[in-house]
Amino acid sequence: METIISIKPLLAVLVSLLVTPILVSSRAPNVREAWTFVAAAAKFLIVLSMLPTILKGTEIVYTVAEFLPGAAIKFRVDALGMLFALVSSSLWIITSAYSIGYMRGLKEHSQTRYFVFFAFALSATVGVAFSANLLTMYLFYEMLSLATYPLVTHHQDPEARSSGRKYLLYIVGTSIGLALPAMLISYNLAGTLEFGRQGFLAGTASKPLIGLLLFMFLFGFAKAAIMPFHSWLPAAMVAPTPVSALLHAVAVVKVGVFSVVRVLTGVFGTDLLFSLDFGPVILLLASATILVGSFIALSQDGLKRLLAYSTIAQLSYIVLGVGLLSPKGLTGGMVHIAMHAFGKITLFFCAGAIFVATGKKNISEMVGIGRRMPVTMTAFFIASLSIIGMPPCGGFVSKWYLVLGSLEAHQMPILYVLLFSSLLNAAYFMPIVYRAFFCRPEEAMFENTVQEAPPFCVVPLVITAVISVILLFYPQPFFDLATMMVQTITGT
Amino acid sequence: MSQQYPALLVIVPLISALVISAAGWINKRLCFPIAVAALGVAAYSSIGLLLRVLDEGAIVYRLGGWDPPMGIAYYVDHLNGLVLAVVSVVAFLNLIASKKSIELELGDKTAPFYALYVLQVTGLLGIVATGDAFNLYVLLEITALSGYAMLAMGKDRAQLSTLNYLYMGTIGACFYLLGVGYLYIVTGSLNMVDIANILPSLYESNAVLGAFIICLVGVWVKMAFFPLHAWLPNAYTHGPSAASSLIAPLVTKVMIYVMIRLILTVFTPEFAFNILAISKPIVWLACIAIFMGAILALAERNLKKMLTYIIVAEVGYMVGGAWLGNRAGMTGAILHIVNDALMTLCAFLVVSNIAYKLKGYAFDDLKGLVRKMPFTMGAFVVAALSIIGVPPTCGFFSKWYLISGAIQAGQYAFMVALLFSSLVNVVLFFRVIEICYYEPFSDGHGHDQHAEPMAEAPLTMLVPLFIVAAGLVLVGIYTGDIVNKIIEFAIPQGIV
Repeated sequence: METIISIKPLLAVLVSLLVTPILVSSRAPNVREAWTFVAAAAKFLIVLSMLPTILKGTEIVYTVAEFLPGAAIKFRVDALGMLFALVSSSLWIITSAYSIGYMRGLKEHSQTRYFVFFAFALSATVGVAFSANLLTMYLFYEMLSLATYPLVTHHQDPEARSSGRKYLLYIVGTSIGLALPAMLISYNLAGTLEFGRQGFLAGTASKPLIGLLLFMFLFGFAKAAIMPFHSWLPAAMVAPTPVSALLHAVAVVKVGVFSVVRVLTGVFGTDLLFSLDFGPVILLLASATILVGSFIALSQDGLKRLLAYSTIAQLSYIVLGVGLLSPKGLTGGMVHIAMHAFGKITLFFCAGAIFVATGKKNISEMVGIGRRMPVTMTAFFIASLSIIGMPPCGGFVSKWYLVLGSLEAHQMPILYVLLFSSLLNAAYFMPIVYRAFFCRPEEAMFENTVQEAPPFCVVPLVITAVISVILLFYPQPFFDLATMMVQTITGT
Repeated sequence: MSQQYPALLVIVPLISALVISAAGWINKRLCFPIAVAALGVAAYSSIGLLLRVLDEGAIVYRLGGWDPPMGIAYYVDHLNGLVLAVVSVVAFLNLIASKKSIELELGDKTAPFYALYVLQVTGLLGIVATGDAFNLYVLLEITALSGYAMLAMGKDRAQLSTLNYLYMGTIGACFYLLGVGYLYIVTGSLNMVDIANILPSLYESNAVLGAFIICLVGVWVKMAFFPLHAWLPNAYTHGPSAASSLIAPLVTKVMIYVMIRLILTVFTPEFAFNILAISKPIVWLACIAIFMGAILALAERNLKKMLTYIIVAEVGYMVGGAWLGNRAGMTGAILHIVNDALMTLCAFLVVSNIAYKLKGYAFDDLKGLVRKMPFTMGAFVVAALSIIGVPPTCGFFSKWYLISGAIQAGQYAFMVALLFSSLVNVVLFFRVIEICYYEPFSDGHGHDQHAEPMAEAPLTMLVPLFIVAAGLVLVGIYTGDIVNKIIEFAIPQGIV
């Protein structure tokens, strides 16, 4: 694999950090938001400028400081990292616009703090995407946990406070208690932490120890919300909706699964997992999370909580794809990082728009809302199709590959899990849409006049919904990047 | 000039301490500049000395030109070169940061306080630089006595808790002296290198064993190693801010250095780790120290006292790391001397700032602190992250080496203790951050009812604090250089 040295990955990480002093010191909100956009656009452009190089099959590396051989603060941009960085940096721009509409619409307090920590969080997210080794990934993973704490607890009331505690307990508790020792044990076994094409643990330890490490890593990155370490996610829904949208549908949770995917492919290696027969263990954990998460979602009345449980289930699709250990499964899992991001962020945007326009949080209070907010609810419908995995939306592509992967790996039970889960997804999303548009006049809770949320809220959700549809027809570059990564891993 | 660095390091502060107490009679305002100049020279020479050691290797300086073993020799190698630099820089920064707080808290006692402050630093630098076991005892007592005097200047129960410290400290020093006495009887020498040369033929002797154990226990009392820690929390809590923020980062760390020096130079690692099979029980003791320090810290509702219990746990980190008996553990212990000195300094400077502006530092006094003192709180968060061990702050990297050492030595209990303490630190610090950030409760939608105006500490206190906070991150990022260029040479090749 050809590599070139360039400072661009570091710049992509730092650009949002460097702008925070300006955000803190700017007096006028408009100036502050303008700088957020500048940083977001700069970040996206830097990431985008690396795309052609990556698509050519070249990797970009940059070492900041090496403190032990094989354990440096080092960036390496490969296809998988590129995929994730593209998703998160492009959605930051859209979310920034949405944040303005939401935060100003609700006249929220401490908006400067909000935008500053958002910028921090994005730095950490791209840092995780571009990490060349476990140490760097752990560094940015922790940075993200701490940067999102003030966002989750934004409202500063007792509920936010207890949710913040739960959030920290789960996220930081598992990363220090499980991921950190697992990383150190791996380093002492292999003498390196550098992600390899087929990992670096092969041949260094006995099967029980590898199994133990596998569990420590899977649960140690609790942002992936694999059950039973999932309940921080619904609790974190006390955050303002743009935070839930970007962080708990795209950045935080995806950093979790991205870390899990990285560890499974770059630390253990698919061949090792296959030869030690750990695939079914991963599949079992992921399937259980998918099904239980979907069942719990069925019983939720709070719209954001429903979306949270749906996210928990959908995250495990990605883990499941890797657990299949087959090329198509891996591709499906990786592409799902992007597809789910665009779908789920739309749904969260819709939930926020409804809250801004009507103050309603519960599904039972949303009967007939389609007449009042037709644009929002149409976008909601499209995005839920994407999550269910139906055409004409991007979610179909990743689910299709996951199904192919389960056939390729001869895992018929997984096929049923995927199909049954899609039914469950439909069962919790479709009634919302149906009752929003089709209800008897006497049931309708809203008047028949169209009154949408502010344009800063509505335009972003329309954009992401449209992208969700476009992604079915043009899944490149995400699909190409995932395919490239899988080829690198499988060595074909 | 640079030939004289080892002497300058100790002589300049020693004479300055006398000058300061004389100057105090003439004009109190003279004291601070003299102290700054003295410690500035000390810091400058210690850094110069470290650079020279890096170039040329160990340096032996004969006081008065007398040859060892008759005369006293100052012996500076990579290990104490590093510690000297840390001690002098920490003392210098703290002096500048503490000026306002000393004036506020000590009133007409400022002149003697500055004299004692400089004398304390003299003692600490001497302990680290000396190559003579008895000279070390003398300097130990200089440090201790000036420390008692400074801590006793505090309010409330300061005198009582200092008296307690005095008793315990004296017992510790006596133990050390007794051990040195045994060594002198057996070897007829007080020079560390000399003793190390004579000892190997005497390893079977019970007197040598006794000397080692007695010295070790004496040093443990001085460093507050659990269960000999009981004097520390009260003495450090009730002392004046400036005294606490000097003594807390340095004294325990210097005593750790003495322990490592005893292991590495005086008694040799071969004796400490292989002939005496006591590594395992000591590491277990260290685990208990870490657990108990963490749990006792959890029970505190006072920020400064909580930090003192964290010191007790951190002492456990370093003792355990040093006694793991392998290179990674020893590296972790030495690196943690540097890191913990900086971390503790940062945390205690924050406490100084709070004490300067608020009436106290109990948790209840800290409500709404984020709005009142945002910059101080920012530095506090950095210190907290480092003590928790979040990369890229330096605390993470020493923990990395310590845990690596535990894994290599198969001492998994020590790994669990370190992780447990990290998790407890998360709880400890985020509990404080929560109080500073949430309370008084807002009206549910986050609009504050009692927004208090900003009341930040003066710049002379903030700037040194920021330098230290930035240092925590920089030392973390340059861990590789510190380990490869300095600590690697501080540990004998025999330890793998």
